[in-house]
Amino acid sequence: MVGSSLGTDFLQYAISGLTIGVIYALVAIGYNIIYNVTEIINFAQGEFVVLGALTAVFFVGSLHLPIYLAFLAAVVCTGCLGLLMERFVIRKARQASVLSLIIITIALSIMLKGTAMLCWGKDPYSLPSFSGGGPVMIGGAAVQPQAFWIIGVSALVVLGLTLFFHRSVYGKAMLACADNPNAARMVGIPVQQMVLLSFLLSAAIGAAAGVIITPISLMEYDRGALLGLKGFGAAILGGLGQFVGALAAGIILGLAESFCAGYLSSGYKDAVALVLLLLALFYKPEGLFGSGEAAKLKRF
Amino acid sequence: MNRKDWWILLGASAALGAFPWLVLPFKAVSHYIDVMVFAGIFTVVALGLSMLMGYAGQISMAQAAFFGVGAYTSGILTSKFGWPPLAAVPMGMVLSGGVAWLVGIPALRLKGHYLAMATLGFGVIVHIVLSEEVEWTGGPSGLINIPSLRIGPWKVSSEISWYYLVWVIAFLCLVFCFHILHSRVGRALRAIHESEVAAESMGVPTARYKLQVFVLGAAFAALAGSLYAHYVQFLTPSSFNLMWSIRFVLMVMMGGMQSLWGALLGTILLTFVGNEWLHVFAEFEVLVYGAILLVVALFLPQGLVSLVKRHVS
Repeated sequence: MVGSSLGTDFLQYAISGLTIGVIYALVAIGYNIIYNVTEIINFAQGEFVVLGALTAVFFVGSLHLPIYLAFLAAVVCTGCLGLLMERFVIRKARQASVLSLIIITIALSIMLKGTAMLCWGKDPYSLPSFSGGGPVMIGGAAVQPQAFWIIGVSALVVLGLTLFFHRSVYGKAMLACADNPNAARMVGIPVQQMVLLSFLLSAAIGAAAGVIITPISLMEYDRGALLGLKGFGAAILGGLGQFVGALAAGIILGLAESFCAGYLSSGYKDAVALVLLLLALFYKPEGLFGSGEAAKLKRF
Repeated sequence: MNRKDWWILLGASAALGAFPWLVLPFKAVSHYIDVMVFAGIFTVVALGLSMLMGYAGQISMAQAAFFGVGAYTSGILTSKFGWPPLAAVPMGMVLSGGVAWLVGIPALRLKGHYLAMATLGFGVIVHIVLSEEVEWTGGPSGLINIPSLRIGPWKVSSEISWYYLVWVIAFLCLVFCFHILHSRVGRALRAIHESEVAAESMGVPTARYKLQVFVLGAAFAALAGSLYAHYVQFLTPSSFNLMWSIRFVLMVMMGGMQSLWGALLGTILLTFVGNEWLHVFAEFEVLVYGAILLVVALFLPQGLVSLVKRHVS
């Protein structure tokens, strides 16, 4: 009996680690998209997740939209916010030093956080699950149906983006901007539009992550910084700029966090992903799946 | 220090020395002394950060963590182990400097965005430790029973004595920083800021100097943290969170990164903004900080001091 309950616990932790892990992966992918096109790390990435979730709360709670429409609306709204952010702030600062750019995206992140607090207050909010029904039992562990939605949506996003960047003209054009903006401009790629598109996509994906996780883990205004940091951990661990790497690394972080919370200490669960982030930055900044040679060429 | 800096120092000392006599007679502004004690404490943090950001060109988003290490070392040693405050203060500086040294060796190999993220992550980890180690730190409910500072027979208790003590320390730190900047190390730091590759190829040991400035900044922050602990006599982890690290960066940026006087000016201004003028709009505080940070970074990257300089020349 004891053996089986240990096994059940393990499975339960693994599943919750997997669901939170793919969320970190989506945040990481948001970093990757902007980084791939501009070589900027957007410190406001975590705030997109929070704002996406909270706008969906508004659409469901105040406008009584069904959850899937609210999901779409929140993704579109947050995407537009990312667009505005690029158009009116980041574009003005393209010539600024790296230090200034860091400060600018940090400033944007605390402004978004402040706005979220003014609009929604300090309480945590929930959203209805995407599909009804009780938890599904798998090997003795109870799995919320929402977990399947989370994994499904994330898998679709990763697949879609990989295809987009490697097969479509727009995707390839975006990658070209990262390699060499001047050369890209010379072959006729509208670099500014591509940068704009990258912020739109990145914000939209962040928002999607926020909406799908909220039915399970709630959302409040000040979660952005930590989500952003952990997502960045996944981006580094997976090799900055790589989508499949980010997915794998996000899941690794999620599992590490969930097992730590389950077996060691729940208070320190947030520290696990951060310690892994530091270790990755210090000892393997090219990531588990990136090449050291390529990392040396990055502009940092 | 050149002659101009000595004159500014003389003027600033005179102004700060006279400040209490100007505000104390008026009831409405007499609590400005208290605000200025905090400004003096934060100035020590800002000076260290200014050396790191403005002169060595490295960013640190973990200054609140070093501030916290100093504060909690002082607080725990004096309240739980009965250490005299005067012994606890240097202990906090040594500990904080040691931590900075350990973290700095791998961290300072990173640049730009990566360094910012690494220091950010480190800062959050320290904050988590301060909140979780309840047995030592009191956790979120706070650490109490921290005694006030005692220097020999002099028990520093009144606001006025704190004011003068803190500002004398801040000015000693300022003079110390000026001396570093006008030495061989200072010239090396500026070379690193211009171009690390060029500095390295001219034989400047860039890694060693960057690490030294990082450790210096951490020790300064810890000194300030200890003063804070003994002045407020009560600590909670929320005084050492990410927002405080951002505030310290803003203090340095607002005045002007490449000027120690700018750090002083920015700190006094922002302490008044935070402690005094924004109190009424507590809900808007974060938003206002973000807006100031954005405007400074976009339109005034050299800070307020650059406006003064432009005006003079």
